[in-house]
Amino acid sequence: MEVLVFLVPLALTLGALGLMGFLWSLKNGQYDDLEGAGWRAIADDEPAVEQPVYFRQEADAGRPPR
Amino acid sequence: MQATRDFSHYVRHLGSGLAHIDLAVEGVSCAGCMSKIERGLSALPDVTLARVNLTDRRVALEWKEGALDPVSFIDRLAELGYKAYPFEPVRAEAVETAQASFLLRCLGVAAFAAMNIMMLSIPVWSGNVTDMIPEQRDFFHWLSALIALPAAAYSGQPFFRSAWAALRARRTNMDVPISIGIVLALAMSVMETIHHAEHAYFDAALMLLAFLLAGRYLDQSMRRKTRAVAGNLAALRGETATKFVGTDEISVVPIAAVHAGDIVLLRPGERASVDGVVIDGQSKIDQSLITGETMPAKAGPGTAVYAGTLNLSGALRVRVSAASEGTLLAEISRLLDNAVQARSRYVQLADRASRLYAPVVHAAALLTMLGWVAYGVTWHDAIVIAISVLIITCPCALGLAIPAVQTVVSGALFRTGVLLNSGDAIERLADVDRVVFDKTGTLTLPELDVTNDVDIPGDVFELAGRLALASHHPVAAAVARASGAKTPLAGIEEAAGQGVRGTIDGLEVRLGRPSFCGADQIANDILCRDPEASVVAFRHGETRYVFAVRQRLRPDAADAIATLFKTGIQVEILSGDREPAVRHAAGQLGIHEWRAGVTPADKIARIEELKRQGAKVLMVGDGMNDAPALAAAHVSMSPVSATHLSQATADLVFLGDRLAPVVGAIGFARKALRLMRQNLWLAAGYNALAVPLAIAGLATPLVAAAAMSGSSLLVILNALRAHRGAREFG
Repeated sequence: MEVLVFLVPLALTLGALGLMGFLWSLKNGQYDDLEGAGWRAIADDEPAVEQPVYFRQEADAGRPPR
Repeated sequence: MQATRDFSHYVRHLGSGLAHIDLAVEGVSCAGCMSKIERGLSALPDVTLARVNLTDRRVALEWKEGALDPVSFIDRLAELGYKAYPFEPVRAEAVETAQASFLLRCLGVAAFAAMNIMMLSIPVWSGNVTDMIPEQRDFFHWLSALIALPAAAYSGQPFFRSAWAALRARRTNMDVPISIGIVLALAMSVMETIHHAEHAYFDAALMLLAFLLAGRYLDQSMRRKTRAVAGNLAALRGETATKFVGTDEISVVPIAAVHAGDIVLLRPGERASVDGVVIDGQSKIDQSLITGETMPAKAGPGTAVYAGTLNLSGALRVRVSAASEGTLLAEISRLLDNAVQARSRYVQLADRASRLYAPVVHAAALLTMLGWVAYGVTWHDAIVIAISVLIITCPCALGLAIPAVQTVVSGALFRTGVLLNSGDAIERLADVDRVVFDKTGTLTLPELDVTNDVDIPGDVFELAGRLALASHHPVAAAVARASGAKTPLAGIEEAAGQGVRGTIDGLEVRLGRPSFCGADQIANDILCRDPEASVVAFRHGETRYVFAVRQRLRPDAADAIATLFKTGIQVEILSGDREPAVRHAAGQLGIHEWRAGVTPADKIARIEELKRQGAKVLMVGDGMNDAPALAAAHVSMSPVSATHLSQATADLVFLGDRLAPVVGAIGFARKALRLMRQNLWLAAGYNALAVPLAIAGLATPLVAAAAMSGSSLLVILNALRAHRGAREFG
């Protein structure tokens, strides 16, 4: 049973990492265009595209709506 | 006269020398377009970013400030074969986007917590039947509480806020029983944990939250997607004005940059985008969008011009009296507001169900508790059982039942060319037993078309078309469009108010008034047969032809109307146009009930009258004059060519030249409503099975969790059947 002392925190940490990953990708606008993202994955020669500066600013200023 | 275009109004400055603009692009539908546009635009020097959003059909562009004019992007896209227009997201849309991402965040947190608590619950459940010592169980319960309480506090916000707002206004909504259930479940679980009990309900509460948030997100994303596309359509129609920036210098600017007192130029063939008074010039104007009247009216100095009117023959200088809040527009929007308020009394299916639901559930829980106390168990045990009743009945499947169907249906309708503005439109559309059509632009195509093309030899038609390309006049434009001509003739000159002329192989060619081409006789013959048509004459040497041009009925209008009659739906026409024109169209379509020359107020009056008779009216219209009637009707549809105001008011917008989507959408909505009802019955059936178990005190957390997820999955699977309905209709 002592092994729980390691296993439980480990499991929770992994879960929390997953959640942080999700929140990070959401904030980065990765869920903005689900249709296009699916196609981008299989595009042959994608132009090097960065995340728009504008959206990044928007996300940083983002607050839950009233 | 090529005016400069000014889009600086749309450009946002990001600081650090970067500028940003959003463009709505027409015709982006696949991955190929996406990479073509991105590569094409990135190739421009100084562009730092070009990213297509395939869901919203938009391009976000960033470039080094001052290096490029946004106009060059539009031109570049035109070269690539896409029509683009600068786009400014409206506030409502920005709020919805923020809400969607907030819901998704809540969903993520709730799902994370639910999964981890479930992981901790399974050892407890299995430990309870084997050898777990109470200290270990308490440890797991406390750990669950540690995750559940903050997670529920955060991800429950959408429900708690809405429930609190409803309670403060002394109303209840679906969120009230949800919030009570979740808060009670959590509070009870903490109490149980403190008292070293065998069961806690943290897992049930969080799983419930996760499922409900999924339903809410589905609902929201459906509305957001259609709103985004509808917003693009409005931008693509290009509501701009040609404004005088100096005495003789003009510039094309967005409507938002035009103010009262400015002077704008209204060129032939152009649609006015402001209200104002003519100060210079003579012309004929077509007010069909405002009044439904297709015959052009004379305009000169002193004539009032309204946004939406089409200038036909001469250039006009107009002093703007109102750019967005005009006298006529104000009048129409006042009627509109009243009508919208009247309709907001419609109660959606889900709300009707939840109104019944909340009192029944709370009464059941209370009676259970009292019953068990009367039976002789302790208060503590009775309360535990009552709470498990509340948890197991929490409207999880009910919360998903309607949005799941709405999402599937809106996607299916979207693929068949119908955009949905509001989710409850499906329910209202399914009730329809009467359809009221506007004539101009709705039963007929919005653009003019040549009706006697069979009488004209192909080579003549083509030559006339090439000549017509040189003219701005809408009748000539109709000839050019119908002939399919692409290459304008060289060396064309314009005879003011008469037509255009040029020379080909030494022979003179003319296109214009019948008198200008010496074809009065032929024109009179045509006008005797069809007094509604407009004519334009063509002369090549001694050969003379006259084209009859009029608004044509939509190609499948007769079929669509016949189908409606066959399904037992009554049809009538309410048009602002003159009597002969309406009589003609009604006769062709076999519609016996029609009214001509009606004003916006008359249209509302007629619709109210039909409503009093108990009819459920679908109004289909496109003009500004239809907007109040669209709002007053039980449910409404607009073609994509409609004015902005009408599209914003209509519950559904259909694309393309055919009327079939109108008929198809009704049939599809009826199928969808059946699915929604089935889903509500499924949710009710689940309760009928699970509630007795809970009341009997047999519902362990495992049973509750399994029953809840099972019912939600069932409801979602049933909603997916709507896809099959879509294939049959498409």
